[in-house]
Amino acid sequence: MAVKNHVTLEFPAIAQNVEFARVAVACFASQIDSFTMEEIDDIKLIVSEAVSNVVLHGYDEPGGLVRVRVAAEDDILTVSVEDEGRGIADVSLARQPAFTTAPDRMGMGFTIMEALSDEMDVSSTPGAGVRVTMKKAPREPGSEGNEQGT
Amino acid sequence: MTVDTRCVGSVLVVYVSGELDLNTAPDFRAAVEEQLDARPDLANIVLVLRDVTFIDSSGLGVILGRYKRLRAHGGRIVAVAPSPHVRKVFELSGLTSIIPISETEDKAWARMSGV
Repeated sequence: MAVKNHVTLEFPAIAQNVEFARVAVACFASQIDSFTMEEIDDIKLIVSEAVSNVVLHGYDEPGGLVRVRVAAEDDILTVSVEDEGRGIADVSLARQPAFTTAPDRMGMGFTIMEALSDEMDVSSTPGAGVRVTMKKAPREPGSEGNEQGT
Repeated sequence: MTVDTRCVGSVLVVYVSGELDLNTAPDFRAAVEEQLDARPDLANIVLVLRDVTFIDSSGLGVILGRYKRLRAHGGRIVAVAPSPHVRKVFELSGLTSIIPISETEDKAWARMSGV
C-alpha cells in the first residue's frame, strides 16, 4: 500500500550527526516496501553526501543547523536537506564533478547525489543558505524487493 | 569504524571495518599516516575493504589523500573485496581509474608485484 508520511529532523551541523541522518532517512524510506536493499543504500549515500556538505561548507561559524525533511507519497521519496548558512555563490560550478575547495576531498558529492537520485534540485541564496531536494522512486514500483528487510 | 594495519616488506596492509564517512575519516587518516610516518620504506598499500559497510565521498577522499602521498614517491594502492555498494561508489566517483580493485588479497598481491 502506498505510504503518505513525512518527518522533519533538525540537528547541529556536526560530523557526528551524518550517520544519524542517513540511518534515520533510510529507516523512513524502508516504509516504501518496494525499495530494494540497493536503493536503500543509495538513499543512505545521497543523504550522507548532502548532510556532509552542510557540515563542511554550510557555515562560517560552528553552531549552525541542518534541517532534513523526508516525505513519502505515492511511493516517491522526497528528501530535502537545507541550512541557513553562507550559501553557494555559483551553484552550477559547485555541481561540477571534482569541484572542491578542501584537501582530502573528492569533490564528488553533488555528482553522486545526482547519479543516485531521480531528480535533484539545488537552490541557494548567498548569505541565506542552501536547499538540496532529491526525489527517488523504486525502480520496480509495487514489487516486494525489500522483503529481506533493512 | 576500526582500522588495523600490518607491514609486509614495503607494503602496508590496512584492514578497515565499519562505516567510513566524514566522522570516521580522520581516524582512518591518522592510523595510516602514523604507519607511513614511522616507516618511510612503506611504498604501497593493500586496502582491505571486505568489512566496510558504508562509504561516501568523505571516505573516498581520505583514501585519495593517501594515494596522493604514495603516488608522489611512485607508490600505489590496491583495494580489496569491497561490497557491491562500496564498489559502486568507487566506480561512480571514478576512483577505480587510479585505485584498482581486486577480489582477494592474493590477487591484490599479484597485482602489486606485477604478476
